[in-house]
Amino acid sequence: MKKFFKSALARGLLWQLVGTLVGGGFVTGIRAVMGLEALGRFGFSEPAWVFGGLIGTLTFLGGSGVVSDWVKWARGIPTHDHHEDPPGWEKFINVSLDHKVIGIQYTLTALIVLGLGGTFALIFRTELAASGLQFLNGSQYNTMVGLHGIVMIVAILLGIAGMMNYLVPLLIGAADMAFPRLNAFSYWITIPAAIWLVSSLFLGGFDTGWTGYPPLSARAPVGMQMFFLAVFVVGWSSILGGLNLLVSVARMRAKGMTSFRLPIFVWASIATSLISLTATQLIGLSFQMVMFQRLFGMGFFDPAKGGNPVLFQHLFWFYSHPAVYVFILPGLGIISELLPVFVRKPLFGYRWVAMSSLGIALVGFLVWAHHMFTSGMNEYLRVPFMYSTLLVAVPTGVKFFSWVATIWGGKIETPTPMLFVLGGVVVFLLGGLSGPPNATVSTDLHLHDTYFIVGHFHDTMFGGFVFPFFAALYYWFPKATGRRMNEFLGKVHFWLMTPSFLVLTLGMMRIGLLGMRRRISDYDAALGFDTTHLVLTVAGFLIFTSVLVFVYNLFRSMKKGEIATGNLWNSRSPEWQVDSPIPAHNYAQPFEVVGEPYDYGLPGSKFVEFAKPKP
Amino acid sequence: MLHFIIVGILVIVMAILTYLGLTGIGLLPVQASAQAIPIDWMFNYQVIAISFLFALIVVPLVYSLIVFRRKKGDTTDAEHIEGNTTLEITWTVIPLFVVIVFAFMGAKSLGDTRRVDPQAMVINVTAQQFAFSFEYPDYGFTSKELYAPVNKQLLLKMTSRDVIHSFWVPEFRVKQDIVPGRFTEYRITPILEGVYKVRCAEVCGGGHAGMRSSVEIVSQERFDNWVKEKQAEALAASQTPEERGQLLATSYGCFGCHSVDGSLLPNGGPSWLGLFGSQVELEDGSTVLVDEAYIIQSVMDPASQVVKGFSPMTFNGTDAGLTDAELADIIAYIMTLK
Repeated sequence: MKKFFKSALARGLLWQLVGTLVGGGFVTGIRAVMGLEALGRFGFSEPAWVFGGLIGTLTFLGGSGVVSDWVKWARGIPTHDHHEDPPGWEKFINVSLDHKVIGIQYTLTALIVLGLGGTFALIFRTELAASGLQFLNGSQYNTMVGLHGIVMIVAILLGIAGMMNYLVPLLIGAADMAFPRLNAFSYWITIPAAIWLVSSLFLGGFDTGWTGYPPLSARAPVGMQMFFLAVFVVGWSSILGGLNLLVSVARMRAKGMTSFRLPIFVWASIATSLISLTATQLIGLSFQMVMFQRLFGMGFFDPAKGGNPVLFQHLFWFYSHPAVYVFILPGLGIISELLPVFVRKPLFGYRWVAMSSLGIALVGFLVWAHHMFTSGMNEYLRVPFMYSTLLVAVPTGVKFFSWVATIWGGKIETPTPMLFVLGGVVVFLLGGLSGPPNATVSTDLHLHDTYFIVGHFHDTMFGGFVFPFFAALYYWFPKATGRRMNEFLGKVHFWLMTPSFLVLTLGMMRIGLLGMRRRISDYDAALGFDTTHLVLTVAGFLIFTSVLVFVYNLFRSMKKGEIATGNLWNSRSPEWQVDSPIPAHNYAQPFEVVGEPYDYGLPGSKFVEFAKPKP
Repeated sequence: MLHFIIVGILVIVMAILTYLGLTGIGLLPVQASAQAIPIDWMFNYQVIAISFLFALIVVPLVYSLIVFRRKKGDTTDAEHIEGNTTLEITWTVIPLFVVIVFAFMGAKSLGDTRRVDPQAMVINVTAQQFAFSFEYPDYGFTSKELYAPVNKQLLLKMTSRDVIHSFWVPEFRVKQDIVPGRFTEYRITPILEGVYKVRCAEVCGGGHAGMRSSVEIVSQERFDNWVKEKQAEALAASQTPEERGQLLATSYGCFGCHSVDGSLLPNGGPSWLGLFGSQVELEDGSTVLVDEAYIIQSVMDPASQVVKGFSPMTFNGTDAGLTDAELADIIAYIMTLK
């Protein structure tokens, strides 16, 4: 406990509280002097909350010490290049510059936030178990749905940042990321953002869903502003994380690691980071514009002042569609990375799979308006956006065909990570196949804003992120801890989650086609959806239960897991050629790439060769 | 080679079973508009493509998991196959071609849903939190529900008073957002009589779930009757109580017995001129002030208070089904006769 109160996390949170009160108090004082309404429904007035939140975020960063080295450099005080981490668990709640520690910090935070998002889902899923309003009112329900959406998005961003941070330097043979302090900053800035996100629940919530379309978001309670602020702040993490990763891959690869000898997960990370680095600004911008509309009366999206509500949707989706490729590309990279290991065959068409990630990322920038086929934008623009959107099916298809060809004729083993890889392939397939009807304008006129869409993107998110994320956790857990996770519990997790999830999303698509809308707190009993909704709710609880099994397994295995310090999965990848867990600054001896990454079945071949230790 | 033949057959069988299964359960609500026909046509091709691609990936996957499982005790790797460029090009080019064909079909079906009938009936739709209203500019009235004749194209010109809403009747398939500060257009040709619901499909606040209106598609004849009814209602709503009272007095036949110029009609009752506010003597010799209470009492129960020198009124408001609101309008009219 004492260790906690002395940690960077506790200091940061305390300073965040202080900063918020000071910032909010400052604005309150100015308003009082100016004769404006000083206090609002939630203590501070809206401008005071926003300004307080901004100051609180900055004081968190100062208080936690993540910017200390930069401040010292600015003042001309030299610092050590490396900081030693304390032994034991407290390094995870203190500022560390080690990419593996930051990767684990990201991953643990992602799991916590994932649990939070799941809890929100269960709350409104319970409300939907029967028609009629049970225990939530309409606005509370909308807040729950919106929070579930955005909290899960933040969880996914944290999860992929965790995987990329932990794995990419190991895979390319680097001692760390290119900018370790920026890396720590990118992680720590998400903590105050997560707090602001949840705070919106207590500041009146927001009844817009996670998309925050004005004019509705221009009239929602103060919670809306905290949601905007939180997403704005989280955006910095994505942008800086993407920058850091691209520089690391460009500059810090091991000798001999040419473009087409990069592990496939690194290719996926490059594609993802290109999007994060260049598109995130747009969501920050669009949310900032609504914030300014509310705070300063700037009528960007207010038709009464000559603004255009549809403009917001363009700005918003210009990030938020590519963002879904940010969410799935690393997961698809994990699938491509693990399949060869468990089928003992090379990845079929490595170059095609690598290029398909870039293809998806680039085409992903040209498709945003398919979210707006019914929005009232220029109707002739809908057709080119249909063509560009359907084009995404081509590189995605390349991945599927290559995966099947990789598995075909292999010698397949199915330990827990492989089960999650296969589950990911099947679930993502369902997500992929339910995509084109939404991309086609005429059928989307029926499907837009229905439960069909909800089922579709849950399939893509689970197939493209959740399943591969769990696969990665089971697969690399021994690398991080030197112990392996329990196989039996892992299989219980898989066999409980997968069927429940399929029932959940296929059921969603079914009633969506029949007329169930998205984001509704109640549905007409006459539609006859009661039974299906009850089944969906039960399925939701079963998924949550399976995740609890996973969490139990995770904590149990840290202490009691079977010792596994060697090359547990018989992989060719460099990180498995050294003992687990890997120490700070990674490889004691540098390695040189001497072969192809996935040449399983080629006798005598090696991917990497370590330099001889100096005598 | 044998593996490929078996899998090929299984893929075809699985694709057909998936397609029959999906279409067999009835995927969509009834088809109630002309625009739903091209959309459902498109859906059908998509279900075919989905069924085939599902089988194409899942069958070899499951087959491999069963047939190519690692044997117990085998620690060797599988055959070293790195890829096949011809195959990769094939499964890039064919999907590219299919995608272009599907996009073309999508554009064509979209075009079909947008076919313009110059004779379309215009209805102005106004949405607000959390209700729709429908104005019929050709007939000059506004309705809370959408009532329309079958087999006639409707052109809905929609706008919102507050936030973004969306107009969706699942049986019509087409959906269109309603945006404040501008008009969006929604063309639909209902082809099936029935009662449907339009429900708001764009989250619009706490009451979003309950934002709906009835959509009734009827024969031309029933629609014409409805229009007449609505027009009469609209006319009544546009009049003052006094004007309505005069019309009501005419239609209930009051002027058969009561004059409005002070004269007495044969076998009639007192003239209404100057009646309100006067003192009248009753049969029992008492006098009473003619006020609202007195008139209501006399109309609804004519025998209770008969003015001296007249026989009880033959009209009985209770029996005639005169409503309180109608009587209030008539009294308002009587009050003007001074």
